[in-house]
Amino acid sequence: MRIGERAGLKPGRPMRDVFGEALLAVCEKDPRIIVLDGDLGNSTKADLVRRRFPERFLNMGIAESNLVGVACGLSACGFIPFVVSFSSFLLCNAYDQIRLGVAMSRANVKLVGSHGGITLGKDGPTQMGIEDLALVGGLPTVAILVPCDRVSMHWAVQAAVEWTGPMFIRSSRYAMPEVYEDGTSFAVGKANVLREGKDLTIVACGLMVGCALDAWAMLREEGIEARVIDLHTIRPLDRDTLVQAARETRALVVAEEHLLHGGVGANVARIVAEEAPCPMRFVGLADVYPDSADADDLLRECGLTSEVLFQKCREVLELKGRIVK
Amino acid sequence: MVRDIPELRRIAKELRLDVLEMTTKAASGHPSSCFSAVEIMVALYFGGILSYNPRDPFWEGRDRFILSKGHAAPLLYAVLARAGFFPREQLWTLRTLHSPLQGHPVYRLLPGVEATTGSLGQGLSIGLGHALAGKMKGQSFRVYVLLGDGECQEGQVWEAAMAAAHFQAGNLTAIVDYNKFQETGPIAREMNLEPFRKKWEAFGWWVEEVDGHDLGALCEVLQQIKAAQRTQPSVLIAHTVKGKGVSFVEQDFTFHGRALTEEQAKRAREEILCG
Repeated sequence: MRIGERAGLKPGRPMRDVFGEALLAVCEKDPRIIVLDGDLGNSTKADLVRRRFPERFLNMGIAESNLVGVACGLSACGFIPFVVSFSSFLLCNAYDQIRLGVAMSRANVKLVGSHGGITLGKDGPTQMGIEDLALVGGLPTVAILVPCDRVSMHWAVQAAVEWTGPMFIRSSRYAMPEVYEDGTSFAVGKANVLREGKDLTIVACGLMVGCALDAWAMLREEGIEARVIDLHTIRPLDRDTLVQAARETRALVVAEEHLLHGGVGANVARIVAEEAPCPMRFVGLADVYPDSADADDLLRECGLTSEVLFQKCREVLELKGRIVK
Repeated sequence: MVRDIPELRRIAKELRLDVLEMTTKAASGHPSSCFSAVEIMVALYFGGILSYNPRDPFWEGRDRFILSKGHAAPLLYAVLARAGFFPREQLWTLRTLHSPLQGHPVYRLLPGVEATTGSLGQGLSIGLGHALAGKMKGQSFRVYVLLGDGECQEGQVWEAAMAAAHFQAGNLTAIVDYNKFQETGPIAREMNLEPFRKKWEAFGWWVEEVDGHDLGALCEVLQQIKAAQRTQPSVLIAHTVKGKGVSFVEQDFTFHGRALTEEQAKRAREEILCG
């Protein structure tokens, strides 16, 4: 069963295609935007901009450190550079350049990590961005957005243009289901409560939002009302919405297409532990590098499915003291 | 512009004294790496090469100077204070709590500091970003980046060198403070850069070499590079002496990452004043 199918979500197009369109859309509107490519524009879909605005698209070659440094210089001169590469290559190759030039300098540079998570699939673990949120999360001052569908990706790219300072957006190769209606309003740092519920809360980002809504539907059949939160902003984290959910539902499951170690769940748990301790469970990647394989096979192998998320919900409900039949 | 070389020499002497006092007071820092670059900085800021306005430090049309060898921060701060970017009294707060004079330069903390540097290898790329921005906006400012020699062991320097030639960043000038020493010893022994000139030439750069302590020659060659308006980027390899101006620092590379003691500083001050 396709992710989002149980929840009645329409299938979406690959997120990278959506990202390319969103990037082109903001370039049409704002001449300050310059796109910097690490020779992967055909994969990240940033090359949609190259075709339309060749003079505002710079392929800096296969050299991520220099790519980021050049973006810092451009931003200091009033441009809004979007640096687009694979999440793993950008953060792992240019981490120090991002640390000094972007984060410490509070440069108005927008970083887009494409092919985040495991769902790039067959190209394998060398290309996967499964540590990206932990890495970028280790850099104070960098805002982090993880869109989950077409509408939220368009919002995220526009939000990056309006946001003053460094921002990271995670993109993906996977076709994520349509979660939002056109015209939905978002705000950086304000999580979206997609379903109200009192029995437990599922906090998810990216692809796992679709799984969370599937799990919500499965739980509903058992008479359980789950609250579902799309945590589209990882920094600044929406403390209020998370604390409120923990206080009101007294059980949380956090789901992400990322390593559990240093991931979103760990950040949510820190806040919940401080403000409103309650039973928690986590869906994410264990400390192993996944294989090269079909994306859906990998999601099943790694336990990133609606079914696993549903099971984790049952576990957390049991911990909370409510017996699930 | 007529340059008064004796006046520039006097400025160089005073900057060495400032650096000495700052680092000795802070009991840390890299004075010997500052001393090798003093004349380069004097030529740029006081020899009529750089166009800047301390009352409007981020004026769009300014020439850019990026200190890629961030450990020479005390020298940059002393130069900026002298050029009027901030009060001289601030110099003595180097490396203390709440001072904008960080151990290595941090962008946005001080007027005149164009980039956060200190992890080596990063400044040339940032300078290239400024240079490309200038070209895209049709502005005529020039960009100068001061690199350490050991720093040129970083791969990023050559990524930037390749890209600068590719994009014909003729408005970009790199200056290498080639003092022949890195942290742990002589460059030639630890990680040789030679044939250094040929490397830059092979990457498509216009190369000049100069005695990095000859103020007249420095001003002249920098003026020539500026006037030539080449389409290719230029590099000036400045042959320098680490610790220049203080004999016992010149002779001992282990001074790289440490300040002088009060007693050593006293001797150094006398040498600089007599030099």
